[in-house]
Amino acid sequence: MANILEMRGITKEFPGVKALDQVTFEVEEGEIHALCGENGAGKSTLMKVLSGVYPHGSYSGDIVYDGKVQSFGSIRDSEEIGIIIIHQELALIPLLSIAENIFLGNERATRGIIDWHETNRRAGELLERVGLGREHPETLVDDLGLGKQQLVEIAKALSKNVRLLILDEPTSSLNEQDSEKLLELMLEFKAKGITSILISHKLNEVSKVADSITVLRDGAAVARIDCKGGVSEDEIIRDMVGRSLDDRYPPKTDHSLAETAMEVRNWTVHHPLHADRKVVDNVSFHVRKGEVLGIAGLMGAGRTELAMSLFGHSWGRGISGEVEIDGRPAEMKTVRQAINAGLAYATEDRKGYGLVLDDTIRRNVPLAKLEKISNGLVVDSHREAEVAETYRKRLNIKSSSIEQETVNLSGGNQQKVVLSKWLFADPDVLILDEPTRGIDVGAKYEIYCVIRELAAAGKAVIVISSEMPELLGVTDRLYVMNEGRFVGEMPTAEASQERIMATIIKSAGDRT
Amino acid sequence: MTDTATGPGMGGDSHKADVMGYLKKHMREYGILIALVVIMAFFQIATGGILLKPVNLTNLILQNSYIVIMAIGMLLVIVAGHIDLSVGSVMGFVGAVAAVMIVNWGIPWPIAGLLCLGVGAVIGMAQGFWVAYYRIPSFIVTLAGMLVFKGLTLALLEGQSVGPFPPAFRLIASGFIADPFGVDGFNMLSLLIGIAVASGLLFMAVRTRRQHEAAGVEDEPFAFFAAKNGLIFAALVWMAFLMADFRGLPNVFIVMALLIGIYSFITSKTTIGRRIYAIGGNEKAAALSGINSQRLTFLTFANMGLLAGLAGIVFAARLNTATPKAGLGFELDVIAAVFIGGASMSGGVGTVVGAVIGAFIMGVMNNGMSILGIGIDWQQCIKGLVLLAAVIFDVMNKKKG
Repeated sequence: MANILEMRGITKEFPGVKALDQVTFEVEEGEIHALCGENGAGKSTLMKVLSGVYPHGSYSGDIVYDGKVQSFGSIRDSEEIGIIIIHQELALIPLLSIAENIFLGNERATRGIIDWHETNRRAGELLERVGLGREHPETLVDDLGLGKQQLVEIAKALSKNVRLLILDEPTSSLNEQDSEKLLELMLEFKAKGITSILISHKLNEVSKVADSITVLRDGAAVARIDCKGGVSEDEIIRDMVGRSLDDRYPPKTDHSLAETAMEVRNWTVHHPLHADRKVVDNVSFHVRKGEVLGIAGLMGAGRTELAMSLFGHSWGRGISGEVEIDGRPAEMKTVRQAINAGLAYATEDRKGYGLVLDDTIRRNVPLAKLEKISNGLVVDSHREAEVAETYRKRLNIKSSSIEQETVNLSGGNQQKVVLSKWLFADPDVLILDEPTRGIDVGAKYEIYCVIRELAAAGKAVIVISSEMPELLGVTDRLYVMNEGRFVGEMPTAEASQERIMATIIKSAGDRT
Repeated sequence: MTDTATGPGMGGDSHKADVMGYLKKHMREYGILIALVVIMAFFQIATGGILLKPVNLTNLILQNSYIVIMAIGMLLVIVAGHIDLSVGSVMGFVGAVAAVMIVNWGIPWPIAGLLCLGVGAVIGMAQGFWVAYYRIPSFIVTLAGMLVFKGLTLALLEGQSVGPFPPAFRLIASGFIADPFGVDGFNMLSLLIGIAVASGLLFMAVRTRRQHEAAGVEDEPFAFFAAKNGLIFAALVWMAFLMADFRGLPNVFIVMALLIGIYSFITSKTTIGRRIYAIGGNEKAAALSGINSQRLTFLTFANMGLLAGLAGIVFAARLNTATPKAGLGFELDVIAAVFIGGASMSGGVGTVVGAVIGAFIMGVMNNGMSILGIGIDWQQCIKGLVLLAAVIFDVMNKKKG
């Protein structure tokens, strides 16, 4: 079939950096084309050039769409001819309804007066098409889960008569089920002749749905892979990093006989707004020194809520249960007490809850334990610089210096700053919530190494993750959580994705 | 401003390009100081040299002391991510309380002064309480406070001006430090203080640079460092000389300088300061780092109240009377000063020195335009445009970075 899109010799420069260097990118009409590459490889920049975020003239090279050379001055121009991009960070307005969001900027109106009947009717049709037929168009987006919000974004794209749909990391915040649904939807669209570009770090998804793959590395297109004969993930990774990663996970060490670092008994947490809803229901577990413990589960299973409620009652109310750290009861009603008791929690939302973005690496790293670099009142800026520099080197944080503001770092490096902060706090038990969400393969491996190093040094690490391969690769033992309860426990050596899913499904069946 | 590839501690080949590059990179920090110098130079020429005459320079400082004092408190409030609209009213109210205590009730002024500072602090706490612990937006709490204290001032003074104050009290705002040297017509102690402070600052700058160099994190070119600190040293000594030539350093100036020093130290060097920036920058991240953001917010407002109280005393002492209109609209000057000084509306960014320079930019313009005989109408317009320009400059610079 003919190419719907050809980007020829695209070069885009920022002051001091060549973000794209003579990139050629071709997409056939009606296919699903995956765009892969490490963070900073230039995927987002390329898509911004395509969608007109970087207007014609700010780059060199040609965009040929539908056989014609295009010169987009803004996103509006590209949307007009059917190129719609859905960004990783959803652009929905939480307190407006689904229908209002779908037609935002494109209202069903005559002379400025909105036809609500038509708006809701059309929205209903679009929701049907993305498999959200059961949602009422007047429901507030805020009341939907992330997975459904993603589908609303797609419905919004459909409302604009999309021909080329670009999805930037669409499943990065979705659980397995929702991801699965989304991928199926993409295949459905393909059957209807809509072309899609999928940007994803999840290579299993890519190999599942993509017809062809373009791999970017350091701003250049290094490979174009045809998937018709099947493609291995290792092959893609090799092209992405320019070398083969023999092991995607560092080796494990055995600590099954070590003493208990933290023991939690009968932990129950209620929802902060709906006091009668138990989000964490009578959970008991323990983690040993030197052990990496995984908590598996679907989005909304209550894992983050469990972790945050343990960490100084940062989430929920009506919290009951007991915690012992190192054999002693730990009083952890505030975050400060929790830190002092030896617990740390690195959030899943590094921008929202992890970093002071406008501040430098230097000022973020010691934040949780300023006592260590001060005499109680006055901060020793010399020590502070030393500490920040030490962690910058140790975790290989790619930055110009410790004076770089964290807002300008890539996702993986931001995550390393968050990790540095908690390593500096020197906890006995470290909870990592989705530690590798949205970061590239190379940085992931580095973070796994840090996790194993911590364990080797006798710390207990708890990893919460929605990516099952990651849990299987990096942990020693697993708990499975579903609907607020721990429904299974198994040594990782005996676990598999199927067994975890089966445990979840069985527990859901038990309940009803 | 962070994409440059120059590593830490590496000297460039061409020194000149380095200085320009550094200046460009740090335009946000120095732009405001350069703006003050330019504005002063402009008015010095436009007024035919009146601006920097010793008597006018002294006046300039006296006129702006209460704005500067409040701007320091406001900087902390704004860095913490809040705003305080009530400071003008609180200042007026505390001045009124001082007048009633001292003039009507005959309470000795030192005791009354302390009580007034307490009143200011309690008002700050009352407002901070709702902002910090009940999460009522500070804009609304302090808007209410502004109305309440404006009303209470009127009620307390029964619509009349109350005064005059005893001479000793007035010295707070209009007195000058005594000179033990007895040189005729020249306050030697003032000059010595000026030289001591300037030397102290120079010493500290050199020491910090040494430490940075030792740690390998220094990126300021030496030529720039030398020029900057040389100029600051010269300017301070020169100003001290000018004022010494008139009547010496005003008492208020000493108070102001101490406050600037103390609060600069708190914001840049202490854990409390660091934490206030963190809660303003990202309150959730700060809370998850074990920072008690509620208590810090509360303290920030209490401190603002205290400083508004101090400003109220200084203002009443300067006017020698408490009037129902005292402090009217001052909150706007104070807030403008902080934003001109580079603070961010969303919190987490700003410096005490910036806020003070911002206050003086407003002050010099007020003073200079008055000397030139520009009416209050156009003064307001021009000040408004300068505020807008300063913030636009800041935002553009940030984008470029």
